[in-house]
Amino acid sequence: MSDDTKQGLQSAFRRKLLMGIAAIPALTVLPRPSFAQAPATSAINTTGLAVTDTEVTVGILHSATGTMAISETGSIEAEKLAIEQINAAGGILGRKIKFIQEDGASDWPTFAEKAKKLLVNDKVAAIMGCWTSASRKAVLPVVEQYNGMLYYPTFYEGLEQSKNVIYTGQEATQQILAGLNWIAKEKGAKSFFFVGSDYIWPRTSNKIARKHVENVLKGKVVGEEYYPLGNTQFNSVINKIKLTKPDVIFTDVVGGSNVAFYKQLKAAGIDLSKQPLLTISVTEDEIDGIGGENIAGAYACMKYFQSLDNPNNKAFVPAFKKMWGEKTVIGDVTQAAYLGPWLWKLTVEKAGSFDVDKIAAASPGVEFKGAPEGYVRIHENHHLWSKTRVGRAKLDGQFELIYETADLVEPDPFPKGYQ
Amino acid sequence: MFGEYSIGDLGSIFVMQGFAGLILFSVYVLMALGLAIIFGQMGVINMAHGEFMILGAYVTWMTSNFFQTYLPNLFSGYFFLAMILAFIASGALGMLVEWGLIRHLYRRPLDTLLATWGLSLILQQAYRSIFGAREVGVELPQWMLGSMHVTDNIEVPINGVFVMGLTVLITVAVAYIMYKSRWGRQVRAVVQNRVMAGAVGINTEKVDRYTFALGCGIAGVAGSAFTMIGSTGPTSGQLYIVDTFLVVVFGGAASLLGTIASAFSISQTQSTLEFFMSGSMAKVLTLLAVVGILMLRPQGLFALKVRK
Repeated sequence: MSDDTKQGLQSAFRRKLLMGIAAIPALTVLPRPSFAQAPATSAINTTGLAVTDTEVTVGILHSATGTMAISETGSIEAEKLAIEQINAAGGILGRKIKFIQEDGASDWPTFAEKAKKLLVNDKVAAIMGCWTSASRKAVLPVVEQYNGMLYYPTFYEGLEQSKNVIYTGQEATQQILAGLNWIAKEKGAKSFFFVGSDYIWPRTSNKIARKHVENVLKGKVVGEEYYPLGNTQFNSVINKIKLTKPDVIFTDVVGGSNVAFYKQLKAAGIDLSKQPLLTISVTEDEIDGIGGENIAGAYACMKYFQSLDNPNNKAFVPAFKKMWGEKTVIGDVTQAAYLGPWLWKLTVEKAGSFDVDKIAAASPGVEFKGAPEGYVRIHENHHLWSKTRVGRAKLDGQFELIYETADLVEPDPFPKGYQ
Repeated sequence: MFGEYSIGDLGSIFVMQGFAGLILFSVYVLMALGLAIIFGQMGVINMAHGEFMILGAYVTWMTSNFFQTYLPNLFSGYFFLAMILAFIASGALGMLVEWGLIRHLYRRPLDTLLATWGLSLILQQAYRSIFGAREVGVELPQWMLGSMHVTDNIEVPINGVFVMGLTVLITVAVAYIMYKSRWGRQVRAVVQNRVMAGAVGINTEKVDRYTFALGCGIAGVAGSAFTMIGSTGPTSGQLYIVDTFLVVVFGGAASLLGTIASAFSISQTQSTLEFFMSGSMAKVLTLLAVVGILMLRPQGLFALKVRK
């Protein structure tokens, strides 16, 4: 199909050229084909990437099937929207973006294999992809070995940094600390109860949160509980919460367990409008499954909410809904995924090249003023400077912005004193 | 560990914890009953059991949407209709699957494992294509939410009571069908000696088809009920399948009573341990105990004596 479009473009151009020759006197008033002003391919692509005079190819690598499809669908949609918008605005260095989508199928070795396919066979200039830390860890050695560029959208536990990865979501300290500070100040919270799913992200996040609560806020963690991924029964931990009566329940339960957790919390008579609960894992996407009535009143701490009131977001949300349907919701990670193609475009333009080494070197300092979350800038450590926000879940499944940090929060993937 | 809490607090928490155990018990029985019938009576290892449950959940979701749009006045009662529709939908799909797939594999029980596993993948992708990859939220009528307030610390979750009631009802119904009705007698006859049952005039093919459909239908009802406590998404069925098999195998495959006893012992162990340690550790210890007991008693808690 792509070949057809290419031929179509070429013949249209040829026709235009013939017309132009036939009407040489009028040549100056003809609109010039956009790539006429584009730099020569040989100059901006010295490493044999899939860049032609008219097109540049990127890869999209997410799970469209398997358990993670629930979460990753939004990221795929956001990346496609960004690519379409960039193309509509003239592409990158005069070249349209073409994407090749591969399915990681919620299976980490498959992610690695597909990443290798994209880099080695398709020679893509960048990969927008991965969602879970496990998939990123599987892909990381591949992008490092074959020198690719990965734009990773999810908020994650930190403790990683690579020349070949740009982390467009928040790392743990960026996401958590501001939220804990806010709730300690606002609610006078002293005692915290942690509930999480049992894998690396919640455990690392809770470790950071515990250090912060104990060392900085001088509070107390009265319980820390982990449940296997996919667990559907939370009545025991809810009883423990009732017994210990914490000021704040701090949760990072993920996936289908989330739904069970909030439904059972509500059924056990815990009223979230009276019992403060701070979550770092529930976005608008998750509320779709949980149901607004089960989670209304809970606080979420992240960098983006669909309800944010700024001009960028007011253009972004309708564009997203126009492309993917009126009922779609946009969560934090979806927005971060949208940043990937844009940041890559801005970096390529800054570097004046598609070469991965030049992009990696040019990334620090790249700023994106059109981000739906406001303004972001890439840090030397390839994470983003971003604001942290606290939102309160409403009955209709949206968040109401309650608090945001005054300044951008510095990403700190290897936080001292928190390990 | 309890030094800092008052006797009253502790007392009420133990009551609540006992209740949590009972809810877990009902959930286990409900999800295992359908499988116990299919696995126990027919020897078919149905790996797609979870997907039959989720079909029930999606039917509930559609019913809920239908009532919200067209019959908002009757919304408070939609759940009962949804459960009946879930039973019919899952049962019908079960019948179709039995006819198209399972009946060709009765002589090869291990192949049913592979075939139904494939079926579960197909169904998951079908749900994803039809209903979308994201989870759906099933809205419940107001009276089913929240809890009954007994004392300050004792709150009885309404959905828990609902699940318990439903479990008792379905268990009694299944026990009646299997042990008192004429059809149940035929099913048991086929289990004990298929050739002989056929020889005395029982239509064994028909018995098989209806048994499978009944098991799937009950799975559908369970899925419908679990929309109150869990998630509804294309792969949510996978959350239940391991526990379901655990309960059925531990109880002894062919015995309804065994299923109930096993659900009771597993749920009580699990919920007691959960109170004293973290959820993951409790699960590990419960599984270890089950494995240990199965090593000593491979046939499960209750085994039916069948002449081979």
